[in-house]
Order: sequence, then structure tokens, then C-alpha cells
Amino acid sequence: MLHALIMRVHTAIQLIQSRVSLAKSSARVTREQTCRKSRIAEILKAHQDDLAAEWVKNLQATGTGKDSRISESQLREQTKEFLVLLSEAAAAGGDVHSQAWNATVDFLEDVSRSRVQQGFTSEETARFIFSFKQPLFARLRAELAKDHEAFAEETWAATELLDKMGLITIAAFQKTREDLINRQQQEMLELSTPVVKMWDGILALPMIGTLDSARTQIVMESLLQRIVDTGAELAIIDITGVPTVDTLVAQHLLKTVTAIRLMGADCIISGVRPQIAQTIVHLGVDLQGVTTKANLADALSLALKKLGFAVTRTKAAN
Amino acid sequence: MDRIPILRMGKFLLVSIQVDMHDQLAMTLQDDLTSMIERTGARGVLIDISALEMVDSFIGRMIANISGMSRILDAHTVVVGMQPAVAITLVELGLSLPGVKMALNIEKGMAYLRAQRAAEEGDGLNASHHSDDGEAGYGTRQE
Repeated sequence: MLHALIMRVHTAIQLIQSRVSLAKSSARVTREQTCRKSRIAEILKAHQDDLAAEWVKNLQATGTGKDSRISESQLREQTKEFLVLLSEAAAAGGDVHSQAWNATVDFLEDVSRSRVQQGFTSEETARFIFSFKQPLFARLRAELAKDHEAFAEETWAATELLDKMGLITIAAFQKTREDLINRQQQEMLELSTPVVKMWDGILALPMIGTLDSARTQIVMESLLQRIVDTGAELAIIDITGVPTVDTLVAQHLLKTVTAIRLMGADCIISGVRPQIAQTIVHLGVDLQGVTTKANLADALSLALKKLGFAVTRTKAAN
Repeated sequence: MDRIPILRMGKFLLVSIQVDMHDQLAMTLQDDLTSMIERTGARGVLIDISALEMVDSFIGRMIANISGMSRILDAHTVVVGMQPAVAITLVELGLSLPGVKMALNIEKGMAYLRAQRAAEEGDGLNASHHSDDGEAGYGTRQE
């Protein structure tokens, strides 16, 4: 689900990028003439309120305005603030990486971030900027009706500008999502490697989730370190929570077992489910020399026996 | 240091590797240890590698070789105190050191050597040996 979303964001970005490059190549011809100050800033400033009203109307028509996740007043505020920032920044020139654009870019990134938190899709987030095109172009058309050359020029400039804004929005959207994924991954890693002391000299490691190389490395290191720290002679690796075991996972497990043996301790693998036992045999993985048990209780009783402990019942079962 | 000291403690020999092993040092140790076992008639060798922080495939193999040689000279050998990083490196190098008895620390290593010796003495000369924790063929070579 998350993956599909990222793919969609990627396609959206590619689409916008291709449009921007198209706009750029066409605009090159007129670039020399645009050296004179663009009239966009001027028009933006003069018709701020009208443009904002039309923009909100447009947003509502496309569905964003009716969304319960964001109120109309909030939307109005955002459009108004963006227009103020845009008209100020546009007056300084069309280079969005310059200092004058910082406030606008920050604002867009903030909007993007809040959209992510409210659960909007990348499409809906991008629509915020792109739905401004129609009112702006309509305004340009009205203002420059007599001067066709200037109208074409300003349209290109405006397209380029809004596409850049769209790119920034989507990039911020994607970055927020990626940060979220990274944070969750980190949390998962931290959560998934608890080494538990079962008894004097017996450690247990309940593994949960898919075993990849990075996780195995962390698991192996923390387990080996605990063995050194506690001087435990037996380690039980419980794989009840591992959904699937393929050849790679089996190899990781074998490596861990070998490393534990090299340290001078012994290892039991427990929690092998019937399906996993079948898969291991079908894959032809050789688990010889590794003690495996069906559940943790069996592994613990074997471990206790190996260390010379005995468990006795002091009260008869009723 | 161009030599690793070999200490004698009763019927056992103690080797503590406190420096990073280079190839020549390992070869010298191999010579010294084998001649020392022969000279003293030691029945057990304990190799402490707890201070060893770096290994390569050569040193890994040397540890296995030294252990195997001592065994042929009729001395039980136990390697103790391998660091986690070293263990992971050896596994990644594909060296699982089969047949080498490992122990977590010196105390456990000595306990193992004493147990082996007690088993030998208890068995006397005509009795067969207990199985030696998977070290197949070990017990039958002795008498």
C-alpha cells in the first residue's frame, strides 16, 4: 500500500519534470525578451483577492474544498498566504532557488507536510498548486488581450513558475513520507532485537518479522554481545514470529548458529512451524548439526537438561 | 613482540594471545607449541584469544591447525574467549572451525580440560572413552 503510493508519487514527479523540461525548451526562444521584468508579479499583486477567490472556487470544483479533512477557511487562508508570498517573490525574479523565494518554498513545504499528516494523496496535494493555473491564465488573458506576444511570453513564464512550485510540493510530500518510513524502519529494528534471559546461563532471542541481512547482522551482534556479557552457555533462537524462511533466511540463521558456536556457546532453534519445516526440506537447506525444536518450551527443557537443571512438580495436577 | 609466551600449569599449557597476530607470529607459535607439548607431555592446551580483535582467513586457519596439531600430539585443546566481532568475521569468511572445541571464557575452558582429564584417568587404560562432545574419533586414538 505504502509502496504503491511511493510509486504513484514517483510517476507524478516524472510527469511534472517532463512538463517542466518541455516548457523550458519552448521558453528558450523567448527567454532573451523576458529579460525585461515579467508582469506576473504586478498582476498578482493587483488582483490578489480576485485570484484567491477564483482559486478557492477552482479547488472546490475539483473536490479538495469539499474534503472534510481541511476546512474552507483553512483553504482560503492558505491560498491567500501563498498569493502574498508569491507576488512578493515573483517581483524578485523567476529563480526559485534565490533568497527571495525562500519564504514561498518554506510555505509550500509546510503545506505539503500538513497534507501528508492529514492523509491526502500526492495527487490531491499537487492539485493545490495546479488548480491555480486556470485562474492565473484567465487573468493574464484578460490583462494582455491586446498584446499577443506578451501574453504568450507571460503564459510560459507562469507555467514554468507553477510547475516548479508543483515540483517543490511533491518533493516535500515524498520526503515527508520517506522520513516516516525511515523512522518506522528504525523503530522496527530497535523493537525487534530483545535478548531475554531465561535462566542462569540460558538466553533467548524471540525473532519477529522478516529476516534480512541488515537485521540478522544486528540480531547476531546483540546476541553475541549478550553471550559475552552474561557468560551464557546456551542461546535459544525462537523463530515463531518469522513469517517465511527461504534459503537466504536459512543461511542467515546458520551463520548466527556458527558464530555462537565459535564463541564457545551452544544454540537451539525453536518455534519451527510445520509449513516452515516443509519449506526448509523442499528447499534442500541442510540444517544438520543445528538443534531444532518445535516450540520454545521444548527448547527450554532441553537447555535446562543440558546444563544439568531439573524441573519438578511439587503439587499434583488437579 | 616476536614470540607468544606459552605458560605451563601442571599438565596443561596456557597460551594467551594478547597482540594482533601476524602470519610469522602464528607460524612461530605453531612451532613453539608443538615442541612444548612434546617436551612436557602436556595433556591439555588452552588458547585464550579474548584480546584478539582482528582475524583474517590465514589466522583463522592457523587457529584450527594449531588445535588439530595439539590433538594429534594427544593434548585436548580448547580455544576460549572469542570476541563477537571475530566470530562474525570468521563466519563471513566461511570458516566455522569444525572440530575445534570452543569455550566462552578461561574458567569454562579449564573446566572442560579438567573434565576430559578426569574422564581419561577414571577410565583407566582398558576402558573405552566417553564420547567427547562430537569430537569423533578422538577417544579411540589414545591407548
